[in-house]
Parts: sequence; structure tokens; C-alpha cells
Amino acid sequence: MTEKDLRFAKVLVLVNAAVPGTLLAWDAWHHNLGANPVNFAILTTGMSALVFLLLTLLVTPLRKISGWNWIIFSRRTLGLYAFFYALAHFLIFFGLDRSFSISSTVTEMFKRKYLFVGALGLLVLIPLAVTSTNAMIKRLGGKRWRSLHRLAYVAAIAGVIHYYMQAKADVRRPLVFAAILAVLLGYRLIVYWQRPKSAPTPTPTIKPTPQPGA
Amino acid sequence: MKDPNKISNREITPASVYFNRRSFIQAGILAASAVATGLVYRELNPVGAGGAKTRAIAGLAPAPTNTPSAFDVPEAQTSLQDVTHYNNFYEFSTDKEEVAAAAANFDTKGWQVSVEGLVRNPKVFGLEDILKISPPEERVYRMRCVEGWSMVVPWAGFSLSKLLAVVDPTSDAKYVAFETLLDPKRMPGQRSDVLNWPYVEGLRLDEAMHPLTLLASGLYGRELPPQDGAPIRLITPWKYGFKGIKSIVKIKLLAQQPPTTWSQYAPREYGFYANVNPHVDHPRWSQATEQRIGESGRRPTLMFNGYENQVASLYAGMDLRANF
Repeated sequence: MTEKDLRFAKVLVLVNAAVPGTLLAWDAWHHNLGANPVNFAILTTGMSALVFLLLTLLVTPLRKISGWNWIIFSRRTLGLYAFFYALAHFLIFFGLDRSFSISSTVTEMFKRKYLFVGALGLLVLIPLAVTSTNAMIKRLGGKRWRSLHRLAYVAAIAGVIHYYMQAKADVRRPLVFAAILAVLLGYRLIVYWQRPKSAPTPTPTIKPTPQPGA
Repeated sequence: MKDPNKISNREITPASVYFNRRSFIQAGILAASAVATGLVYRELNPVGAGGAKTRAIAGLAPAPTNTPSAFDVPEAQTSLQDVTHYNNFYEFSTDKEEVAAAAANFDTKGWQVSVEGLVRNPKVFGLEDILKISPPEERVYRMRCVEGWSMVVPWAGFSLSKLLAVVDPTSDAKYVAFETLLDPKRMPGQRSDVLNWPYVEGLRLDEAMHPLTLLASGLYGRELPPQDGAPIRLITPWKYGFKGIKSIVKIKLLAQQPPTTWSQYAPREYGFYANVNPHVDHPRWSQATEQRIGESGRRPTLMFNGYENQVASLYAGMDLRANF
């Protein structure tokens, strides 16, 4: 993997991750979001957030199994997009469904379990987004940064439960998301159990990734 | 002799060409991957679109407009596009935006409706025989879905009471049960067990006899498109939309309250009555407001969906919280 290829791969991830948001905006501009546009936008942003959360959690297993160490570069981008889609998901609900009413939003969140669980997932993503910069990795140190970023598991679990709970009867798609998440988390559990008891495995150190053009 | 492995300077691709080809390929990969991602996005988030091409209904009597009447609503009607492309009809798809396409080729030729049970004149009606019972009237009703959205739809049909008068219920009859067609070949959604098929619904006899209760065979002056419950369906505008059973093949008069699909599926969430009530929330979401399709922002939900004056007396003395 040359530096140039890596730079291209970065662009590839950056552009593709923006596709759902771009199409949503394009369709909204052309009044092509169907009969219930607000609901459509809430569903698609939420779905995108979940997809990107799962993709983020896929990077490490894929890297370890395939040996493609370089794909680690994509984890931050994917994770940040998951956060942005989740934030958009919330803001559309808050602004267009709840008409920017803080009281109605908060009341609903405490009254409806699925909204509470979803809010929890988004809340957990905030510190992860804030500490995603190279400077923050350096400041926290690899070990502390890594344990903090295990909160991504909590966010993904909350997200999938939130998606499952809002379904009226057809839970097939939420169950597919749950199954994928179970595999991704199951992999980590197996790795954890198989680690040698005496000498802890030296986990690869998280190094600040070089900036393009740096 | 010339070394075959030695590449002469002339054969080396000039750097400018090499990098051009490289960026050309990269642009191709970028474009192709973006298109693929876009296709995945479209697959996960379909938008309903297309036309509705059913025949116009002849001799449709317009809804009374000059006098205040529950048969018309002084609110903007939901567009035909939205009425025909945002449908809850699990027999075809659980995705509201995909029902129209999945139901497009649904064939209703030779449709029959059996009206039976505690009646003096049980009969298997051909669709034409039912439609002959009374000339179609236009009724503009609010439609409130239990999911929290609503529409205003100009239906065509006549009061169910007129059909019931033909079959003449006995004095033992207290309830009316309805059943949708069961045919997984024509209704692909029935191949999954999302719900117990066939879809069944029910009304108390006095609800069924109420003039607002409509046996609908059309909307917007045309015959019902498949996605809206062709060829004949029930409309009870003061109840949540799921009470309006579609593509009816059987109507049975009973002495006991019949089981209904959604209350069997989740008894805590969906009751037999399912009257629109802003004060009784669904266990998972509020019923106080609704998203009117085509409007921005939510509007307050009205008691009995705005038909309180017409139907409240049916439930006098009943605990509407217990009988939700």
C-alpha cells in the first residue's frame, strides 16, 4: 500500500460515506421523499447511522483476519459518519417532527422506551466523536483512548435495540442488523477469551494517522 | 545481443501518461463505488412512485358540500399519488412505499363475497351484485393510522348497513366479522408469517350499522386500486386505519365478539375497538398528534378522529381506556 493508494482509499471512503446523505438531500430538494417525507428522512438517516456503526465495528475483525493492516485508516471516517447520520436523525426528529419543542422532545424521550434507548446511543457517540482527532488520541494515550472507544459497542447495541423496538410487526430487518452486530461483538468476545492469561497480548498501539499531505 | 529484459527508455510509459491513466482508473473506481453505494441506499430506502390506473366509477353521487355533514371534511384532500403510494397492506409488503408496486398485478376478476352466519338470507355475492345494492356515493373521510399519520380520502361506496339489510341479521346477531382473501400466490406478503393470515377484523353490530361505516369500492372517483384494498373494503373513519379491512371475501354475523388480527398479534397494543383517541396512547408512542400526509408539522388528533358527534353515543358509559 503506497502512500498514494492510501490517500485514494481515504477519498473513496469519504465520498461513499457521503452518498446516502447526498441522495437524501437531492431527493428532498426534488420533493421525492414519498408521502411522508419527515418520516422517510428520519428512517433513512437512522438506518444510515446503524449501517455505518456496523461498518466501523467491522474494520478491526476484517483487519485481523485478513492481515490488511492499512484498512484501519477507514475506522475514524466511518465512525464519524455514523455519528453525523445519528445526529441528523435526531435533529430531523427534533426539528421537523417535534417542531423544535424541547419540552415535547424530552417528554417523549422519557415516555417512550425506544426513544430513550436511541437517545442513549447518540449520547454515547458524542465523546467518541470529540476524541476522534489525532491530538485527542495523543492526549488520552492509546490505552485510555481504546477503553473509551469501546463505548461504540454500547452505541451499536442501543441503536439496534432502538430500531427493533420501533417496528410495528415486521422485525426482519432489525433482526438482520442484530445478527450482524452479534457476529461482530462475538468475534471480540472470542478474541478476549482466547488471549493468554499470564502475558497480556500486546495490542497494536493506536498511532495518530498521518494527515494527507503532512 | 539485446537483453530481452532490458526495457529501453522508449518503452517506459511517460510519467504524465502513467499518472493520467492512474487518475482515470481511480475516477472510474470512485464513480462506480458511489453508484453501487447509491443503489444499496435506494434498496434499503425505497420511495413509492408511479401512477394509479383504475377505471372511473360511473354515476358517482358527490358528497354533500353545502351543508355541514360528516360525509365531507373541510380539510385539504390527500393527493391521489400519496393515497395510492403510502399503504399499510401487509398482504403485499410491510413497506408502505412498496405496496403499490407489489400489488400492481393483483387480479380481482370473478371476485365473490360470502355473507353468512346469523342472517336470514345468507348469500355468496358476485362483486357486481354487491355494487348493485346501492348507487355509489362520495364520502370524504379522515383516515388516521395507528402509527401516527393521517390522510383525507374521497372514498366511493355506500353504507354497510345497506348490505346487512339485504341479508337480514337475526336477533341473535351482535357482531360482524370480516375476512380478507387468503391466497399467497396472489398476495406475496402472505408467504411470510409476519401476521396470522388471513387478516380478520370485526365490529359490533351497532357500529357496523352506523351510517358512517362504509363499504368502499373506490377512491377519487375511480375503482379501488389494488394497493388500497381492491375490489371492496371497509372504512370506519372514527377508528384507526387497521380496522378498515381490505379485499374482503367473507362477512359473517355472530353472537360473540370475533378475534381481530392486530389485537391477536399484540393484545396490549391494539384493542378490538381501536377508536381514535388522543388521550389513550399506544404503549410505545403518543396518539395525541398526527402527521397529516402532505403537511409540515404535526396536528392534534381529534377525539373519534373528529366524528365524536356522530359516534360517541355508541360508547356511552364505556371505559375507553380499558376498551381501547
